[in-house]
Amino acid sequence: MSGQFFLSVSEELALALLALALIFAIVRLIRGPSVADRVVALDLLTTLAISLIGVTALRVGVSLLLDIAVALCLVGFVSTIALARFLLLRHGGRDDSTRPTSVKVGGKD
Amino acid sequence: MLELSNYISGAFLIIGALFSLTATIGVLRFPDLYTRLHAAAKAGPVGAGFVLLAVAIAAFDAATALRAIVGIAFLILTAPVAAHLLARAAYLTDVPPDTLTKVNDLENERLSAG
Repeated sequence: MSGQFFLSVSEELALALLALALIFAIVRLIRGPSVADRVVALDLLTTLAISLIGVTALRVGVSLLLDIAVALCLVGFVSTIALARFLLLRHGGRDDSTRPTSVKVGGKD
Repeated sequence: MLELSNYISGAFLIIGALFSLTATIGVLRFPDLYTRLHAAAKAGPVGAGFVLLAVAIAAFDAATALRAIVGIAFLILTAPVAAHLLARAAYLTDVPPDTLTKVNDLENERLSAG
């Protein structure tokens, strides 16, 4: 009984702390001086959403929510990589992997 | 046994949430992109990892615990790769490091120069 009570109190506390963290991450998302700062904030928002989904899964007892957390993890990873590629392509007009140094490694000599 | 697992799970939940909050304060307060990225990359495996571990302990169900552990493994695998790629992309697109930065191994690598 009391263990159950402790668990529910810590669920509430974790939700409050994560909500505060979400607000701070959104402040960085709005303020970020460069595009890369905003990408960092977006990545952090995805991570915080995974934590929130985990706490919610424990609260409501629906283990299907964990599948959503794993899928969100995958989507966050892919979107961060895509945005990093976009930054490189926008800046130099070509891909990082076609730079002369990396061509030489697998090149003719 | 059930009592003990509830206490452990609650403690892990609070640790994970506190760690996420600390990492987010770091992202808000640190001086440049690279230090912010350092803080943000910790929030994934440790912050969300502790929360998922708490779910795995409290669930008492093999399928749920396995899902949570798969989530943790995925976070540990992907977070360093994403952080490394983003830091490299930011450096090559001329995002300046803070003036306090002492060691810079990428000093001679520029997208525009090479």
